[in-house]
Amino acid sequence: MVWNEIEKMDREQLNELQIARLQETVKWVWDKVPAYRQRMEGEGIRPEDIRSLDDLALLPMTTKDDLRDNYPFGLFAVGPEEIVRVHASSGTTGKPTVVGYTQEDIQNWAEVMARTLVCGGATKNDVVQIAYGYGLFTGGLGVHYGAERLGATVIPTSAGHTRRQIMLMQDLKTTVLACTPSYALYLAETMGELGISSQDLSLRLGFLGAEPWSDAMRKQIEAALGIDAIDIYGLSEIMGPGVASECLAKDGLHVFEDHFIAEVVDPATGKPVEDGAQGELVFTTINKKGLPMIRYRTRDITILNRQPCSCGRTHARIKKVLGRTDDMLIIRGVNIFPSQIEEALLAMGHIEPHYVLVVDRERGLDELEVWVELNREAFIDEVRRIEELERQIKRGIEETLGIGVQVRLVEPKTIARSEGKAKRIIDRREIK
Amino acid sequence: MKVKQLSIFLENKSGRLAALSRALAEQNINIRALSLADTADFGILRLIVDDPEKGYAFLKKEGFAVRLTDVLAVRVPDRPGGLAEVLNAIHQRGLNVEYMYAFVEKAGDDALVIVRMDDPDNAIGILQEMGVGLLTGDEVYAL
Ligand SMILES: [Zn+2]
Repeated sequence: MVWNEIEKMDREQLNELQIARLQETVKWVWDKVPAYRQRMEGEGIRPEDIRSLDDLALLPMTTKDDLRDNYPFGLFAVGPEEIVRVHASSGTTGKPTVVGYTQEDIQNWAEVMARTLVCGGATKNDVVQIAYGYGLFTGGLGVHYGAERLGATVIPTSAGHTRRQIMLMQDLKTTVLACTPSYALYLAETMGELGISSQDLSLRLGFLGAEPWSDAMRKQIEAALGIDAIDIYGLSEIMGPGVASECLAKDGLHVFEDHFIAEVVDPATGKPVEDGAQGELVFTTINKKGLPMIRYRTRDITILNRQPCSCGRTHARIKKVLGRTDDMLIIRGVNIFPSQIEEALLAMGHIEPHYVLVVDRERGLDELEVWVELNREAFIDEVRRIEELERQIKRGIEETLGIGVQVRLVEPKTIARSEGKAKRIIDRREIK
Repeated sequence: MKVKQLSIFLENKSGRLAALSRALAEQNINIRALSLADTADFGILRLIVDDPEKGYAFLKKEGFAVRLTDVLAVRVPDRPGGLAEVLNAIHQRGLNVEYMYAFVEKAGDDALVIVRMDDPDNAIGILQEMGVGLLTGDEVYAL
């Protein structure tokens, strides 16, 4: 099932549509956004230089810093009278980044989000519980508008109040859960404590996103909640949830390419990499008026796949995001993503994926220590068996990462559970 | 003749043992004997309490990694060489002691040690045959 036949559009026609909309967008920002125009002029590029999709690479890239530097509305292409909604990302350092939408943008957002839900197997008959945060974060309202557009029943619980979430899931017979993957796991864990199993629920699908998560974690969530867990992708700078979504083939996320053009570039040089090679995901919006984005660097690491999909959609797929360039830890010159460690832990079977990475520098050498919660069921009253478990975890992680680590088992439930994005890294290195 | 011991996984950080003892005290669970096996990172706390089932349920609810382990309460003549005699006997019969620790209270004239064996059921038979005194769980919890 597709929400919109355009998702199966012939590839050549789609490319034509993309180039036409790209040209329109470039003209739009040239006319309306002085910051973009100055940078294009600085590079000696004019809108008419964009003749093919390959010419996209001529355009300057945009980063989160550009949004901050132009805080709050400097990159907006329309005046406040045209903007009907703003969202903002949490600014851990300094100012947040503010994004804005016209009436038409909001409608397009609902459209791509409705596509996302259908892409993952939802229908208008579903009861969708939205446990993404509502408010400045785009997750809650983004999924909300898409689910309403689809015609599903929406339960806008927002994040948190975990026991109440579970009660509502039971009483209102929720069939679709939308939240972050770490919150889905937390819900499952809380259900376990309350003696509630997936059999007591009507859940069948989960639309999980807003943070990188592994396939192993997917298996765990699917088993615990009795659902198909669908990875969805979005970011507020581009739109919010609804930029890309897995279909039930669960082999990459379809980018809704009539709205967004995806590129993958080398994070160090910014140069596009070959299809199939890993790199940083870069998006250009081609159907957005309020805050158009030209070659926005997402900092997410993925692989682009243009092969046709078994579901019939022609839109290109990005591989499940492998990590973020800013989550990426560089330890003794090796790139490490927290998701790799999660994968290694889950592969061992009896280890909970609750962990913290502690990076320290001793005598000029980076040391990585992984704190892992002891699974209560795995506890045996024998010191050497626990030491053996520590060694086994250490070996598993070392095999995955290719570098030496220290492992420390910690008591169950002592690593903070997130109701939003998980905090996994404590970096104690002082870079001088 | 088996005695139920609480085994608890604890991180080696200050205050954990105190917090746990306080929590048990608030539940009116009395600690009769204890031993802590520790490494650089973690420890295993072993407790004999007056009500092991209640202690187990409570600690589990509190989120601790806790297990009930079968151990034996062995009478040891309270005189020099008393312990050596018992251990010698155990050793001669090829029984393997994983760990042991002393009980604070005495059982009549005898001292009492808690012993964890590989195969407690088999050990009970052999020890009794050898005339080594064992206490039942109920006798131990009530001491
Ligand atoms: Zn597909």
